[in-house]
Amino acid sequence: MPKRCDLNEILIIGSGPIVIGQACEFDYSGTQACKSLKEEGYKIVLVNSNPATIMTDPEFADKTYIEPLTVEVLEEIIRRERPDAILPTLGGQTALNLAMALHENGSLEKYGVEMIGASSEAIKKAEDRDLFKQAMRNINLDVPRSESVHSLQEARDAGDRLGGFPLVIRPGFTLGGVGGGIAYSRSEFDEIASRGLRSSPTSEVLIEECIAGWKEFELEVMRDCKDNCIVICSIENVDPMGVHTGDSITVAPAQTLTDREYQILRDASLAVMREIGVETGGSNVQFAINPIDGRLVIIEMNPRVSRSSALASKATGFPIAKIAAKLAVGYTLDEIRNDITRETPASFEPSIDYVVTKIPRFTFEKFPNVDDTLGTQMKSVGETMSIGKTFKQSLQKALRSLEIGRYGFGADGNDEMFESLSDNELEALLRRPNAVRLFAVRAAFKRAWSIATVHEYTKIDRWFLNHLEELAYFEEEIRSVGKLEELVEDPALFRQAKEFGYSDIQIAYLLGASEDDVRDQRKKIDINPVYALVDTCAAEFLAYTPYYYSTYGDLEEASSAVCDKIMILGGGPNRIGQGIEFDYCCVHASYALQEAGIESIMVNSNPETVSTDYDTSDRLYFEPLTLEDVLHIYETEKCRGVIVQFGGQTPLNLARELQENGVNILGTKPESIEAVEDRKFFQELADKLNILQTSNGTASTTSEALSIARDIGYPVLVRPSFVLGGRAMVIVEDEDGLRKYMDEAVTAFKKRPVLIDSYLDGALEVDVDCVSDGETVVVGAIMEHVEFAGVHSGDSACIIPAPTLSENVKQTIRQHCTALAIEIQVVGLMNVQFAIKEECVYILEVNPRASRTIPFVSKAIGMPLAKIATLVITGKKLPELGFTEEIIPKYYSVKEAVFPFIRFPGSDITLTPEMRSTGEVMGIDDSPAIGFLKSQVAAGTSLPTAGNIFLSVRDSDKAATVPTAIRLIDLGYAIYSTHGTSLMLKQNGITSVAINKISDEREPNILNMIAAGDVKWIINTPDGGVNPRMDEIRMRAESVAQGIPITTTLNGLVAAVSGLEAMKGNARMEVRTLQEYHEKNK
Amino acid sequence: MPDLTEYRTRWKEQRDKPAFLALEDGSVIRGHSFGANVDRVGEVVFNTGLTGYQEILSDPSYCGQLVTMTYPEIGNTGINAVDMESRGVFLNGFVIHELNQGENWRKDESLADFLVRNEIPAIAGIDTRALTTKLRTVGTLKAYLGVSGTKSPEAGIAAAREWEGLDGKDYASKVSCDQSYTWDEISEDSTYWGLGEDRPAMDLKIVAYDFGIKWNILRRMRLSGMDVRVVPAKTPSADVLEMKPDGVFFSNGPADPAAVSYAIDSARALIGKVPIMGICLGHQLLGLACDATTYRLKFGHHGCNHPVKNLETEGIEITSQNHNFAVDCETSSCNSLEVTHINLNDNTVEGIKHKSEPMFAVQYHPEAGPGPHDPQYLFKQFRELIQTS
Repeated sequence: MPKRCDLNEILIIGSGPIVIGQACEFDYSGTQACKSLKEEGYKIVLVNSNPATIMTDPEFADKTYIEPLTVEVLEEIIRRERPDAILPTLGGQTALNLAMALHENGSLEKYGVEMIGASSEAIKKAEDRDLFKQAMRNINLDVPRSESVHSLQEARDAGDRLGGFPLVIRPGFTLGGVGGGIAYSRSEFDEIASRGLRSSPTSEVLIEECIAGWKEFELEVMRDCKDNCIVICSIENVDPMGVHTGDSITVAPAQTLTDREYQILRDASLAVMREIGVETGGSNVQFAINPIDGRLVIIEMNPRVSRSSALASKATGFPIAKIAAKLAVGYTLDEIRNDITRETPASFEPSIDYVVTKIPRFTFEKFPNVDDTLGTQMKSVGETMSIGKTFKQSLQKALRSLEIGRYGFGADGNDEMFESLSDNELEALLRRPNAVRLFAVRAAFKRAWSIATVHEYTKIDRWFLNHLEELAYFEEEIRSVGKLEELVEDPALFRQAKEFGYSDIQIAYLLGASEDDVRDQRKKIDINPVYALVDTCAAEFLAYTPYYYSTYGDLEEASSAVCDKIMILGGGPNRIGQGIEFDYCCVHASYALQEAGIESIMVNSNPETVSTDYDTSDRLYFEPLTLEDVLHIYETEKCRGVIVQFGGQTPLNLARELQENGVNILGTKPESIEAVEDRKFFQELADKLNILQTSNGTASTTSEALSIARDIGYPVLVRPSFVLGGRAMVIVEDEDGLRKYMDEAVTAFKKRPVLIDSYLDGALEVDVDCVSDGETVVVGAIMEHVEFAGVHSGDSACIIPAPTLSENVKQTIRQHCTALAIEIQVVGLMNVQFAIKEECVYILEVNPRASRTIPFVSKAIGMPLAKIATLVITGKKLPELGFTEEIIPKYYSVKEAVFPFIRFPGSDITLTPEMRSTGEVMGIDDSPAIGFLKSQVAAGTSLPTAGNIFLSVRDSDKAATVPTAIRLIDLGYAIYSTHGTSLMLKQNGITSVAINKISDEREPNILNMIAAGDVKWIINTPDGGVNPRMDEIRMRAESVAQGIPITTTLNGLVAAVSGLEAMKGNARMEVRTLQEYHEKNK
Repeated sequence: MPDLTEYRTRWKEQRDKPAFLALEDGSVIRGHSFGANVDRVGEVVFNTGLTGYQEILSDPSYCGQLVTMTYPEIGNTGINAVDMESRGVFLNGFVIHELNQGENWRKDESLADFLVRNEIPAIAGIDTRALTTKLRTVGTLKAYLGVSGTKSPEAGIAAAREWEGLDGKDYASKVSCDQSYTWDEISEDSTYWGLGEDRPAMDLKIVAYDFGIKWNILRRMRLSGMDVRVVPAKTPSADVLEMKPDGVFFSNGPADPAAVSYAIDSARALIGKVPIMGICLGHQLLGLACDATTYRLKFGHHGCNHPVKNLETEGIEITSQNHNFAVDCETSSCNSLEVTHINLNDNTVEGIKHKSEPMFAVQYHPEAGPGPHDPQYLFKQFRELIQTS
């Protein structure tokens, strides 16, 4: 059936900010959907609050709304645009939930909008536990025994009926299993069940028999409107049931099933899709299999494109989201061509001739008090994927792609912490699912523990353990030759080591050589990888799409066409501080190169991204971003050079070594990028350019630190000299605090120096992004932070154009930026951070590379900065490109950060110099106040318009709080506060209700109010210093758990109050497209 | 550190690569042996299935062939007694990238042990993607699998070139049963019935020609209420008619259909007298009996992911396939056939039916084993055909 002609305009909902469980895979799917529907001639209306997405680039949709993803806003957009249809299956759970809400409140019917892709009935059937269970029974499929409950008592009764602990608790309608878990005891059960009931929007949890330890599988299925069904990919989890799929190491295709068993899964997944009634598009179905007797149960199905679909698309080369979009508008699978083979239709099941491994990336180091045990609630912030000929190759590659300082399955000199464990400790580490368990498995095999024992402890399937054991032992085979020279004498063994996936670094470690030596010797005896194609068909047909992975084999498939080529290094797995923003820049770089007629060669290992979509670049290498892997690609492709400044820290860390190995680094030179990290150089630079700097010093001992701090005065900002992104950075208020920090730092950082900066209390912080061609420098935007300096710039809200800076200050900032860019010879992007106090402009940091804010700025000003920078890097000058003037938008754009605290119960949510946000949103409006309010709503902080507010501010904020408190009263809120604050308010003529401090141990206190749902908004500006008060942490953590908005800075409060005032009396939040806003700047 | 002697021996063998596959185009690919210590010639074909190596090994249609698997990890689940597709292994040799010991709750023995026990040579450590690309480009090749150390690679190439190949050869009689037998739950073969499924009463009598029949065909027919009598390939049609069957089945099988003239004769004699269904070689034989022609495909269809369009319903089936020859109904002499199914990858004929007589056949394997179950409706269709004629 050809495409539907009764549809003209289609609304696509994105997934909003990057959060744990919903990351850039939905930018990938949404971008594919926009492209594929646009090429069919449909008009696309897109809504997403996340500015760092490719899909929200104005050219990807006809009308792009960067607005909060709420039912009200969506309704307003529908009212304004009157689309014919809404496609809710490509924006994750967020889009699905919104579409369901719009259906349920009657908006879709009211405005005549048809839901395409999946019907509301199908969504409901898949998402509602009881309906789903019933549906599975209808088709004779087994599910884990379970009961759905709505209260704690019901939950306990259900647990008893199901045979007791362990029991699984799953809240209904939440993302990535928020609030769920496995309970082994009554107390754990009560705690998790209560949390689950709270986090479920329907106060519904499922109590379920525990099938932890079973084998886990997932099938990606597609269906068209003629009921043609195909399976795109099967995925098997290495970590068995009990660990959330997003947190599991997974492989594709399934490895441990016979055909007969696999076909049962296939039949079941198609039956599920049909029974649930997903009419068109992609779904995934999860299964568990009892490894003892093969009993099969269905776990769940997602009636939409998911994280696994992105993985399956990258793993097979079959673009699920793109095809799903086409199916949604009426095409059938046989009417769509397979892009890769060009001749065969999309109605086939991909066959692959390699093994894919995905490993999740965690950032527990950012949340020190949090339990790092993996369970049913997802905790990872990113993932990496690798492709290898065998499981061994694939796994080792994935481990080195992870960028956690490991270069494969151990044997890289970093196993001491596992090898030194006692047997009991090692057993405990194996029994408890955690982020480093694989390395514990290796340590166990090194102790000659049997596969049976390791299987008993970990429940990891013996098939995987066989391979892991062989790898652990093969180290000895390499080591047995003694030294590198001997290995060179035995090329067959050298080659075998590479076939087993060992990196040069591992071989170097095992033989006491250097990585460089191993590489040189290896090349001398001509042991080099070849590049094989990802072709969807296991070489059965000729493939055209240049999507490669490396392996050690006989056939080189990367044709070395001679033309102008530039390589772009991506950012690797997402983590806090390095995410979608950098992928956005890399994708833009690729587009810019292609537009300029230069071939773009993309290298990245992150399956969630747009950059690893095979049609983003001319050639895609899905490879680890390590020196060894990148050098091979560079040499194979014979590139003109490499762009390292867009992919965040990952490529920058490689730049110097690449250059030393003859790679031409384009744009700002690595020396310049590194130089500004050097404190001494930086200080001299600032002095030379007459730029003010806060007083600072470097200390290696506590006494040095104390003396420096005495000179520059407290408070001071301290941080280790060797980490970026604000890791372990704190503000210290006094000598005691500094002494404590230094005592810990000296041990923890192994005597590496600590940087001490004067902390400008109450200073405004400003971020600037600019582009330079080495001669001309153009400011992209001056962003004024809402929070005072001291909060990591990635975590603070900021506004374009800067609303309160004086013209003088802005002029000084521009001059400084220009001087800096010229002085350090920036070719490309540069980000500078300043602190402004009493009209003085102090420089904090310079980073001559793409910053996290590039996509936000580009959208705010309507100029693709990363593209411009790319062209500059290829040799163009800014005047040629027609970009010589800073654009001051005629509207306000506000960026707000989004945090994962709800995933880490008990962690303190106070904003600090350590970045902890996972994503960001953007609010745009003519008024800065409403822009800010929109950003809050978009970030999920829905401020109440009436009700009780709890106000507790630190002493230094008390006086400044008064005017705002008056405005809050005027807005109609009732203020509750602790006795101290209450007294102060009273003295200023403001009525408030005084309640006890938590530490007073008398009730009522704020915890009672939170529990009773009596407080709608908490305003708490914490005392600074290293030791936040425990009771405040508790309050903040509770409020996060209960979903009560909490404001932790006074400036944030002022901005919010202004927004609320501006909105007062407005029935609707006004929405406008990005295209309309940009039109204003012309 | 445990004793690594066994591992060390294996690793050394893997890197020494003492075995080889010598192709008729003069190339030699080295690897290590893991099956029986005998050398064999054969025609190299590749199979793109991700699962199902046991079913492939025990499918008699591969007789005369050296089968290479494109999926690199093979042997993952070992071998079990239940998933056999025939009484033994008929292919000439097995070519893979990496051998696994196998782990599964149904595993009875490892792949390597199974091959040794069945006297089948096998080679691992091969870049099967490179080999597949070659076969895709130049077409199916004859080859010599040398694992015993008795022949040099050069001699292997010569042996491959000298070998007569499969064109014009009747292999069906080589793999067919010697004596007819009834497929039911009591017979020895039926102990391999498989996982439990409800078995309806048997109300239709079928005679199935065994040209290398796969047991899953018999299982599917039994599950469709058919009482199946399996007869040797050369059983005369008159004998078949004497059994008074409700329907006759023409099975899958190896090599060149045009060479199985006795079966084409039987088909001619039976069409119109009794409802007929055919699969794979059976489909080709029935086509030839209706004056269609058959021709060799460049590298055949071997895998579990082939999209077939049912021209009557317009529905798409993902099918299991294993054939080197295809039916051509375009010839002027053939006007009794109608094409019912086509392959969406290359538009070759995948299914035919007789315009006036009760007969239909498909080129692919609706019985699966290995592969998807999408086309299982065809057994029901056979039942309906019998009941309505």
